[in-house]
Amino acid sequence: MLGLGVDRLQADINRLLASLFHQGVLDEHFLQLQQLQDETSPNFVYDVINIYFDESEKLLRNLRLLLVDREFSDYKKIGLHLNQLVGSSSSIGARRVRNVCVAFRSASELSNRPGCMRGLEVVEHEYHYLKNMMHELFQLEQQRLLAAGVRYPV
Amino acid sequence: MGKEKKQIDGGVSCLRRAEMNMMSVGGMESAPAPLDLEEVHVLAVDDSLVDRIVIERLLRITSCKVTAVDSGWRALEFLGLDNDKASAQLDRLKVDLIITDYCMPGMTGYELLKKIKESSNFREVPVVIMSSENVMTRIDRCLEEGAQDFLLKPVKLADVKRLRSHLATKDVKLSTGNKRKLPEDSDSVTITPPSPSLTISPESSPPLTISPHSSDSSSSLVEMFSSSPIDDDEDEDVLTSSPEESPIRRQKMRSPGLD
Repeated sequence: MLGLGVDRLQADINRLLASLFHQGVLDEHFLQLQQLQDETSPNFVYDVINIYFDESEKLLRNLRLLLVDREFSDYKKIGLHLNQLVGSSSSIGARRVRNVCVAFRSASELSNRPGCMRGLEVVEHEYHYLKNMMHELFQLEQQRLLAAGVRYPV
Repeated sequence: MGKEKKQIDGGVSCLRRAEMNMMSVGGMESAPAPLDLEEVHVLAVDDSLVDRIVIERLLRITSCKVTAVDSGWRALEFLGLDNDKASAQLDRLKVDLIITDYCMPGMTGYELLKKIKESSNFREVPVVIMSSENVMTRIDRCLEEGAQDFLLKPVKLADVKRLRSHLATKDVKLSTGNKRKLPEDSDSVTITPPSPSLTISPESSPPLTISPHSSDSSSSLVEMFSSSPIDDDEDEDVLTSSPEESPIRRQKMRSPGLD
């Protein structure tokens, strides 16, 4: 009976991942991260993604501070921040975040202020969507582990 | 988990907690891992924390010892090349491969490459450049300056395995007399053998397993999506060869000094 919980949770995880891939939110580089996880590093994906969140939020905060400043003119700095976001998003397989960062970066290269503001909003939106999805995934996985742990190998 | 991040200060970064836990809980009790006496030591250089952690993991999984630094300057400092006098430490420093990001603030990977090739102590060490941009002129420049290989980011496990196998070939050719070993480190990283699972579940599958049946989770999802159109980064000057692989295979890894 308890085994059903695990299977159902596993199905939920698969479904969520499938959906994220289908939407283009994640790409195959996310799978690469999973390949790097094993018994010697069982929380690798979780750890890397959390570091990605911390780094990204710092960058997004800085971007917003730069852009809301009335006397803003440092498009180059915006570009540098975005390079970092593009790189790290790409490394973890966050395809959609990466793509909208690239679009934002193009606006900054043209010194297009309203374009940058729009770009920032889109990136923030996509980023938060990704973060929520990852949290859901991690929660499901936690539950699955707990459910699996209840089974006794007799 | 937060503690681990705060310790990362651009010197040596690592996610050691899992590995240390395994060792302290008696992870060494099972069959001993084959000892790799001639352990490959890689110096990884990348200003991005996320990328540093990923490349470090990629290298450790392929049985390399890794030192990861966040800038070209720190790399030179580590190698003892940051000033003109030779450091006494050099006799004990063994670096078999340097892998560096191209785009870094301050000193680019290209500039680092040049400095390494200019040094008498390290010019024979293979240097691999990583870049998220597939720009022919950039690749050519690096290869002309003596880079061994150029990897497109995000770097894949297959890329690192390939690098590793080249290094293994080189090791076989070199006599051990040429190699200067580091003193035995108590925290030198090796792949710990799998320890007995601490949970009572019959399968110790890692988090985010997407297949209920095997722990080889990635293959099933890849199969599920092999037909979906996953576009790759399309930049200008894209090579016609598959972007999944390192674009350049012009140079093989050379055995320094023996050809």
